[in-house]
Amino acid sequence: MTDHPDTAVETGRKGPIRRFLDMPPDTPAKTVFVAVAICLVASMVVSAAAVSLRPLQQENALRNQRINILQVAGQYDPARDVAEAFAAFEPAVVELETGRITDAFDPASFDDRAAAADPELSVALEDDPASIRRKPRFATVYLLRDDAGAVERVVLPVHGYGLWSTLYGYVAVEATGNEIYGLQFYQHAETPGLGGEVDNPRWRAQWNGLSIYDEAGEVAITLARTPPPAGEEYRVDTLSGATLTARGVENLVRFWLGEDGFEPFLANLRAGEI
Amino acid sequence: MAQTRRTLLVDPLVDNNPITLQVLGICSALAVTTSLKVSFVMALAVIFVISFSSLFISMLRNQIPSSIRIIVQMVIIASLVILVDQVLRAYAFEISQTLSVFVGLIITNCIVMGRAEAFAMKNPPVASFLDGMGNGLGYGLILMLVGFVRELFGAGSLFGIQVLPTISNGGWYVPNGMMLLPPSAFFVIGLLIWAFRTWKPKQVEAREFRIQTVEAH
Amino acid sequence: MEELLSLAVKAIFVENLALSFFLGMCTFLAVSKKISIALGLGVSVMVVQTITVPVNNLILTYLLAPGALAWAGFPEVDLSFLGLIAYIGVIAAMVQILEMTLDKHFPPLYNALGVFLPLITVNCAILGGSLFMVERDYDFVQSTVYGMSSGFGWALAIVAMAGVREKLKYSDVPDGLQGLGITFISAGLMSLAFMSFSGVNL
Repeated sequence: MTDHPDTAVETGRKGPIRRFLDMPPDTPAKTVFVAVAICLVASMVVSAAAVSLRPLQQENALRNQRINILQVAGQYDPARDVAEAFAAFEPAVVELETGRITDAFDPASFDDRAAAADPELSVALEDDPASIRRKPRFATVYLLRDDAGAVERVVLPVHGYGLWSTLYGYVAVEATGNEIYGLQFYQHAETPGLGGEVDNPRWRAQWNGLSIYDEAGEVAITLARTPPPAGEEYRVDTLSGATLTARGVENLVRFWLGEDGFEPFLANLRAGEI
Repeated sequence: MAQTRRTLLVDPLVDNNPITLQVLGICSALAVTTSLKVSFVMALAVIFVISFSSLFISMLRNQIPSSIRIIVQMVIIASLVILVDQVLRAYAFEISQTLSVFVGLIITNCIVMGRAEAFAMKNPPVASFLDGMGNGLGYGLILMLVGFVRELFGAGSLFGIQVLPTISNGGWYVPNGMMLLPPSAFFVIGLLIWAFRTWKPKQVEAREFRIQTVEAH
Repeated sequence: MEELLSLAVKAIFVENLALSFFLGMCTFLAVSKKISIALGLGVSVMVVQTITVPVNNLILTYLLAPGALAWAGFPEVDLSFLGLIAYIGVIAAMVQILEMTLDKHFPPLYNALGVFLPLITVNCAILGGSLFMVERDYDFVQSTVYGMSSGFGWALAIVAMAGVREKLKYSDVPDGLQGLGITFISAGLMSLAFMSFSGVNL
């Protein structure tokens, strides 16, 4: 312990703080006091940091999300300001079942992940190939409009379970509603080097130009080593050594582009009704 | 016996390394060492947390009642880690994304708690700070060594820069997939321990049973 | 019922905390020298896990999750950033309470466990179990089953390791690898074996 000032010892009277500090630590009163004090100080420090830094963190998260959307739609330019580039995208909340844009929610404040857990805004899945347990009834999509105002490409949010984690990403679909421009996962915890190869640009390049629906209108995309019956234009190379992650990716893509996902929306898009 | 500042900082590098001798901090050494960049960030975070938690705990060491000792230490450590995570998320978002997953691992990193119990509770603040930093550096050293081997042979890169061009990128190197899986970290650390103990025979553990040698007739 | 059974088997084998997720390694490697001690520690970990995972689930549901404080009249509050501190606090408190209970009511067991009881507080497997429960959104019953089976899985792993190490005592290991070194390599081989369970879907 540091030396106390000589004046206190000489006068024989110690201040209340000194007296308290000199109390043996194992007395009940002091135990309670130290416990309460430590909890208070720790929570104040942590809360102060969390609350004061929250705006910066949200801004970072938003910017990160926008960069992901720009990248998957092929609009990302590191030299250009993100907010400026993102102005070309129109966010819209879509009702999955009807495939139509709805005014019921404001896209700027609609929280996709919260909606997936909300019993009012989501549906528990009986048939759950992507292992997501609940399916939201509404989702935020991003429409890339060209200079004339027509929709050029749409970015759709997708997610599903891989081997170790849920993969969250975006798929960019052309305005024809039947061709993929790109697929990008912004959050996952798959094995680096194996399942983690979903991030490899060379693997991801294969998704560019992939066809979605076959003649019967079913999703025909597969991850395989050999072309499926529907043809080579529906195939992406599977991931070597990452069977389960690859299977997860295939399941989630097929789910979200199928009738339980965005198929109604894409049909409307194709018909020019968006 | 007062230890010099140099001893406090240098001992834990090899002579008293937390991972290879004290058997602390193993979990994170297995999880983060697939990439040198993540290992580096993790090491920095741990060095920061151990140094400051040892410092604060040492400053309060005479006030903490022994019946709530462990909880108080944990609260201090946990608060520091959350603080680091929040600050990173605000000012270095990309790094925080890799680190967020491991934040829990730093809180329960046995080195932090181990040094708090073994050193900070019995020693003055400055010595505790240096001891914490030394142990953090020893931990960081092992992390970088293991990360070097695993990333180089597992992905052909170092810090993300391709050194051995892999087949999937048009090169010749077939990456050793096992190096990217956690069991390989066990093997690499085991071999590192062998290397360290060959260099410093003092650390070799005594055998419990000697194999009998039979003389040829 | 079937779902709970599948959850239990998955937690014990496919997602074994020690050999598939590599949590709790420090104590796993340091305490596995003798089977009897390993068994004692394994049982302690199982007890702590069975208590803390459901309790943390209750805390998350009724105190910390966004909208959790609706019963107290604060539906807007989101305290999830206090999660880590809360779970650690609960774990440390449970270990302390368990220590005092054992000391008072089961002295032989308390003496047998000795110093390993406080060591459980920093076992990353315990915190890891609670964090998995949070991430996978388990309800109370699932949390209890998960706590029990994940603890059992960890105990199983450490006893198996102790068995292997007791056999290794009689083998001719090079000097530098003696003790800790060969333990690491054995642990690596065991975890490679457990990888055969990965992806098993029940």
